[in-house]
Amino acid sequence: MSEQKKSSVHGIDVAYVARLARLYLSEDEQKTFQKQLEQIVEYVRKIDRLDLEKVEPASHSQQINNVFREDEVFPGLDRDTVIANAPEEISGQFKVPRIVE
Amino acid sequence: MKMVEKLTVREAVGLMDRGERSSAELVTELAGVIRECDKKLNAYISMDEEYALKQARQADAARARGEKGKLLGVPVAVKDILNVRGQPCTCASRILEGYVAPYDATVIALLRKEGAVFLGRTNMDEFAMGCSTENSAFGITRNPCNTDYVPGGSSGGSAAAVAGGEALIALGSDTGGSVRQPASFCGCVGLKPSYGRVSRYGLVAFASSLDQVGPLTRDVYDAALILGVMAGHDEKDSTSVNLPVPDYTQMLAGGLKGMKLGLPREYFVDGMDEDVRNAVLKAVDRCRELGADIIDVSLPHTEYAIATYYIIAAAEASANLARFDGVRYGFRNRDAEDVLDMYGKTREQGFGPEVKRRIILGTYVLSGGYYDAYYQYGQKTRTLIRKDFEEAFSKCSAILTPTAPSAAFRIGEKVSDPLRMYLGDVFTATANLAGICGISVPCGFTADNLPVGLQILGPAFKEENILRVAYSYEQSVK
Amino acid sequence: MTKYLVTIGLETHVQLRTKSKMFCGCNTRYGADPNTQVCPVCLGYPGVLPVMNKEAISLTVLTGLMIGARIPSYSKFDRKSYFYPDMPKNYQISQYDKPLCEGGSVAIDVEGGEKQVGITRIHLEEDVGKNMDFSNCSGVDFNRAGVPLMEIVTDPAMASAEEAYAYLQELKLILQYVGVSDCNLEEGNIRCDVNCSVRPEGQKELGTKTELKNLNTFKGVFNALKYEIARQMDILESGGEIQMETRRWDADAEVTISMRSKEEAHDYRYFTEPDLMPVVLDPETVAEWKSRLPELPRKLRRRFEAQYNIPAYDAEVLTMDKAVADYFELAAKLSSNPKSVSNWVMTEMMRMLSENGLRIADVLITPQALADLVKLADSKVVNSNTAKEIFEVLFRNGGDPVKIVSEKGLGQISDIETLDGLVGQVIADNDKSVQDYRKGKTAAAKFLIGQVMRLSKGKANPQLVAELLEKKMKVE
Repeated sequence: MSEQKKSSVHGIDVAYVARLARLYLSEDEQKTFQKQLEQIVEYVRKIDRLDLEKVEPASHSQQINNVFREDEVFPGLDRDTVIANAPEEISGQFKVPRIVE
Repeated sequence: MKMVEKLTVREAVGLMDRGERSSAELVTELAGVIRECDKKLNAYISMDEEYALKQARQADAARARGEKGKLLGVPVAVKDILNVRGQPCTCASRILEGYVAPYDATVIALLRKEGAVFLGRTNMDEFAMGCSTENSAFGITRNPCNTDYVPGGSSGGSAAAVAGGEALIALGSDTGGSVRQPASFCGCVGLKPSYGRVSRYGLVAFASSLDQVGPLTRDVYDAALILGVMAGHDEKDSTSVNLPVPDYTQMLAGGLKGMKLGLPREYFVDGMDEDVRNAVLKAVDRCRELGADIIDVSLPHTEYAIATYYIIAAAEASANLARFDGVRYGFRNRDAEDVLDMYGKTREQGFGPEVKRRIILGTYVLSGGYYDAYYQYGQKTRTLIRKDFEEAFSKCSAILTPTAPSAAFRIGEKVSDPLRMYLGDVFTATANLAGICGISVPCGFTADNLPVGLQILGPAFKEENILRVAYSYEQSVK
Repeated sequence: MTKYLVTIGLETHVQLRTKSKMFCGCNTRYGADPNTQVCPVCLGYPGVLPVMNKEAISLTVLTGLMIGARIPSYSKFDRKSYFYPDMPKNYQISQYDKPLCEGGSVAIDVEGGEKQVGITRIHLEEDVGKNMDFSNCSGVDFNRAGVPLMEIVTDPAMASAEEAYAYLQELKLILQYVGVSDCNLEEGNIRCDVNCSVRPEGQKELGTKTELKNLNTFKGVFNALKYEIARQMDILESGGEIQMETRRWDADAEVTISMRSKEEAHDYRYFTEPDLMPVVLDPETVAEWKSRLPELPRKLRRRFEAQYNIPAYDAEVLTMDKAVADYFELAAKLSSNPKSVSNWVMTEMMRMLSENGLRIADVLITPQALADLVKLADSKVVNSNTAKEIFEVLFRNGGDPVKIVSEKGLGQISDIETLDGLVGQVIADNDKSVQDYRKGKTAAAKFLIGQVMRLSKGKANPQLVAELLEKKMKVE
């Protein structure tokens, strides 16, 4: 982590992050969030005070390895059930606005 | 005859076994209570009496045939975050509008196997994000002890239902205290099992490395009983642990004589509610009187718990909630011009403000090279917090703390100050970060007559330790 | 014109040949009706959790071992976040910093020798669904979503479209050898992303690269690269600058087209998948797997040439399919004439296989039977036409060629006494032709041989007949 990144932390760009999260925000929301998130980010930065260099990160709460399943086929859902949950359907598929590459 | 509002599961099973009440009668009575009380409490999002009655009659018939089941005919309220086949599962969010679960969560399947009857779905903070059940698309839930106050959260509906007589027992989920804190606020028992003890399959994920399903009950015995049903290894959950499940109800007795219980100084800090402190210290004294050896322990990284918790939980949540996009199920905005527009509008209209705030926070801490500064640091701090507990548990069998730094607060009091709200998780979130187990039991009231909870934390997969402490204490103040 | 150096790197996505998907038990069969091989897990329903398919892990590690990769003892999965309608969870479970395999190489033939194409890494991930265009909307089918997908990333190590093509051919062969993928290009089993840059000779640092996305055929990779290399050179030649961008190959128009992405640079927000536990492989298991690996096709070719003394061309054809190579070797070991076995496999066997749409595993002729047949033909017990007929019988019904020959009386008559009688009879019956022969008309000899063959119902050894005739007519 570069020092520059650390010091620019207050520059949380809510608009950019919301775009990444595919989440429209109203202007009001954006303003409110900007302020609130700056406070929260400022608060969580307190972990910077810790010397973490030699600490192993913990991504899981328990340490187990190699949890596998055998390569066996099980029946899935029938299409009627699947499509019943779909907001919109076309020919047994999930309808979405036209995708242009 | 005891009113259904006061029954424990053990008592209800006894009544049914002796033929004094049928499951169908219990369901009908309970449905009547819900119809009456829930106008005020709003503990339930939905109730399917017909569905419940059908199951209840099956349970009654099974009992008549001599079939056994630990929960045969027992009505169970389920937080609306667990998938129950054929039923909606809203997560108190508009974005799951219209979704019908095509499968049972593993805990639901296990309860079903033991004959449980599913009556209704309880309210919660949207996607379990919150500590007050004020963030629900289906309205706020009120605290049955004082309806001007919040019931806590996020399993506030489950706690209010159990404490308010609308359920004998309810399932909740606990990511940072979401079972224990509302139990403490409403005056019931709330248990968070060790991470990996209970399958998460079918529990809609908030923060995958922290979530656990836990029960809210009227007493400790019921918590032990239902944990025995819920716990165990599940092939569908790679993080569930393959360890034998003891009969926890057989491990409650034995008392506290000679048991070493730790009191962490970091959990009795300046600025915490004096009434809460006094109630908890009184409970500690009681444990001492019961023969426990109370020792000082230190959990030095406690002050970093909230920061760590919000980084990890928000990051994981931002990915977990990405699937709610209006393509395969749930709500969709139909006025979109293109796919991007559909995502943006669907998620804007489908999610409430707290969920949005956390999605933004979580997306931010993982984005463009901030990973190391936040998520990575968070994971490392988590290691430190876990080591704190390992160290402490080398000296004692369980740790006693307040469940929350304050009793229930007034509705609306903290809504505009999310950070202040977050800080209320300080005593509970540590257990999730460390993967250990914890239980909240009622230990008195504040001057305003609001319940206070005593939290008992135990090493991972030592649920029997905390249940025994909780049971001994509970029996001594009965 | 300046001389330019080309640098190419390939990312090849290979669908693994597992029965079930990467993280759930859904069928992976190709061609099913849309959304009929799906479940809550691969649809990304709320509350579901993934569980790793053991077979997919081992197939990936086997591939790594085949190309000499290191198999780190610790590997894990990560979430890669981006939104797309064919992606059920809007994150893909993939591997970021701890892949299953690291390093290794694939050898290819280049002008003047052999070249090792370095492999950076091989990791495992889940495939996405498929979009289909309708008149004013799109539809999404999730049957493919969750199929295990192995991504093989090369170093920027290839210097021409030809090398890239050769690499893909060799890679495909290796994958088939180890049996990890069906490698069916029509079914999208193999898909490539290509990175390509050019720079003037003498320039040290690499030029600006472009990425060509989602090429589904090797020919497509080759053609797209040919086009793209020329396009980049043209731009540099005319003093322009290459844009760093992603381009799409339009196979009909035979051009690459910029995919003007409105999006900001990819920000995938990788983090460790909390729902899956790490993969920790112990060295003994890996060593055991390694000991059971097949030979690399390239090594096998060399060995066939040396051990069976067959031409390089034969070795190449025979090793195109591991099953064929194995068949050949079994038969060759049972025969004293491997070259003859090779001929039979390359001609009759291949012809019959393709005519009948079969694979070598389906045929009933055993390697032993083929070796025996070769012996019968070589020792002139049967003539070549008869041998071919016997081959067809064996191909369809199996059996022992020696028995077939004796049961059906198909053996060539090489017995001198029998032939002598036949020849004598023909000479006696065809006085005119004998006279003609003696006058030097060679056509008469052919006629007479034909008569003997007719009399023997085609079984007489024609060479012996000719010799006998000549001898007899000179004597008399």
